[in-house]
Order: sequence, then structure tokens, then C-alpha cells
Amino acid sequence: MEFRDNKAIYLQIAEYVCEHILLGKWKADEKVPSVRELAVEMEVNPNTVMRTYELLQNKNIIKNKRGIGFFVDEAATEQVKSYRKQQFIADELPVVFRNIYLLNIGFDELENQYKTFVKENFNA
Amino acid sequence: MININNLNFGYNKHKPLFKNMSMRLSNGHIYGLLGKNGAGKSTLLKNLAGLVYAQGGTLDVMGYDPAKRQPALLEQICFIPEEFYLPSVKIGTYLKANAPFYKNFDYGYFNDLIKEFDIPVEQKLINMSYGQKKKVIIAFGLATQAKLVIMDEPTNGLDIPSKAQFRKIMASAMTDERCIIISTHQVRDLDNLIDTVIMLDENDIALKATVEEITEKLTFKKVKEIDDSIFYAEPSLSGYNAVMPNYHQEESKLDMELLFNAILAEKIKFKPLFS
Repeated sequence: MEFRDNKAIYLQIAEYVCEHILLGKWKADEKVPSVRELAVEMEVNPNTVMRTYELLQNKNIIKNKRGIGFFVDEAATEQVKSYRKQQFIADELPVVFRNIYLLNIGFDELENQYKTFVKENFNA
Repeated sequence: MININNLNFGYNKHKPLFKNMSMRLSNGHIYGLLGKNGAGKSTLLKNLAGLVYAQGGTLDVMGYDPAKRQPALLEQICFIPEEFYLPSVKIGTYLKANAPFYKNFDYGYFNDLIKEFDIPVEQKLINMSYGQKKKVIIAFGLATQAKLVIMDEPTNGLDIPSKAQFRKIMASAMTDERCIIISTHQVRDLDNLIDTVIMLDENDIALKATVEEITEKLTFKKVKEIDDSIFYAEPSLSGYNAVMPNYHQEESKLDMELLFNAILAEKIKFKPLFS
């Protein structure tokens, strides 16, 4: 995975897991990759993935079944949405707003762009 | 796992490399050993592996003094040096001669690694490229199942796909029982594998801290302008890459190169944060 420069790796891996849950690739009550498997895939230290999984457990997104592994929580999708929404509003939106302001982009234009984007990417 | 107490060492009486250096290392970590050329990274690793001997103070590695070079300890140490010699034999012969020294040697795992690294097994070791040789000794070292894994510039000579393979292999080789120490100048190759940074400078340890501790205390970010809150900054395309105390509990990504340069330049500013 290509990591960005501006955010702790363990949080970027949390985003990756959340993304998989939101897109339905990992479903409720299904097992998620083990700490080691994900560390190998991401080419990172297993302690980093452990930190990600601890965070996601605290947010009730995954749960630890002792001796078996980590599973997607039944209510994970809702939890992910609220967690991601917080993160998005705090971290990403200010950057987007700044550019909208600097480039003087109107909300009408934004709305059109947004609709086209959703159509092209999610067929919605 | 490792306990270094008041270590003194130098190749020349008038130029000591380590003066009363003390440090503890434990299993379940990948330590990244950083330092300028000549700071003593390789020498520290050699002290741990019993290849050079402490001139003062004590070294305890898994309950043994490495200077005594007892087989019970040496079979638990895998040392991948930066410069090495491999004989004019094929891999099979090399294994027959060397693997029996390690009672837990895992032949199946060795073969898996050799395959993954795409090593031509029918070729004599001496005729392989530097990168291929390096991959052979990395595979051999990890297959020993040694608890202490010491690697001096392991990614030197590896091509681009091999570096990614190396990172994957190390991520899976790190277990709770193992202590892995990697010295490197190529921090970008390895920065996501390292969980604890050890930096050598001026005969001692300038910093030893986990990535978590470092990013709790410091924040690494791009800024447009420099002000007094910034400890150290380097110009970049879009302003400056800066290090400063983490006033607002930001969770930034550790920039190891920037940290390295920052500590060399501004050691006094960082000292109170990490003592």
C-alpha cells in the first residue's frame, strides 16, 4: 500500500480496514486478516497493525474473539461511518474548504461535480 | 534480551567510539539503528554478536557474555553483515557445512525464501551478484530461527522488487520471541518496519524511543513559514518540512530522515523531551 506522508501509519491502516468494511469487502461477523497477515501485506511492523486493531476495537468496529482472531462487529458499518465522518470533518474538510475558497469555486459547480462523481464511481 | 551497561569501546585508544553507553533491548521489537558514517553502528552490532570485545562495562545477551562466544548463544544469533564472503560452492553444499551449527534450522523455510527471492540454486555462490548473495545470507540467517537477528544495511544491493519482498519477510519474521536490530542509512526502505529508533552520535545514544513516543512528543508536518515553535525545518517544494513539539496532540507520520537531521543539528532542543 502507498502511504501518505501526513498521517500516522496506524491510522492509515485503520482507514484501509474501514474502507473494506464500508465497501462490503469485509462483512459483519467475518474474520479480518490476522495482525501478521495484514502487517505482511502492508509491509509494516506487526506492532503497528496491533495498534490499529486496538483502536478499531475501542471504536467497536472489530472485536477480538480470544484464541480465534479479530472479527468485524455486527454494527461495524454504522461505527465506521461515524468514526470516518469525525475524521473527515476534522482532517480533510478544512483542506478542501481552503481550496474551494482560494479557487473561488461556487457551490452549484461543486454540486454538479459531486453528482457526476457519484454517478461515475458508484453508479448511484 | 540485551542489557548494555557502561560499554566502552574504540579501535584506537585516543578515539573512543562508545563512552559509558548503556541501553536495554527487548524481544518483540524491530529496532532501527541510525547514525552518521563512523558513528559506530556496525561496531555496536559486532559487540553484540561477539565479533569484537567490550573494553569496559558489561554486555549481557540472553544471559550470556557475547565475548565468550559460547555456542549456546551463537546459535541464537543471526548476523547479516554489510560486507561478507561466500565461498565457491552451490547453495546445497553451503547449507550442509553451515546449517548444522543451528539446531533449529528450518530447511523448508530456507527453500521458501530462496524461491521467493528468485535465487538460481544451481549457480555457485561466488558467481552470484551482490544482491543475490545478500538474499542468500538473509534467507540463511532467518532460517536459523535465531532469537536475536542483527542486520547491517540489509537492503543495500537489493533491487526494487526485492526490497518489497524483504519488508514482507521481515514483517512476518517479527515474533514476540525475537529481537531484530537493523542498522540502515536507507531509512525510506525500512521506516515502516521499525518500531523503535536508536540513534548513535558523539560516543553515545542520542535517542532511543519508540515511534509511538516520538510522534506523541513531536509532530512532523509541512508548513508555509517558520516560527519559533519549530525545532528544525528543511525547505521543500511547498514550504518547509518541519519538526516541532506536538502541542495539539496531532497524529503525524514520523519522518525518520527529518528526525535524524534534526537531532544531529539541534540535539539540545530534543534532549529534555526524551530523557
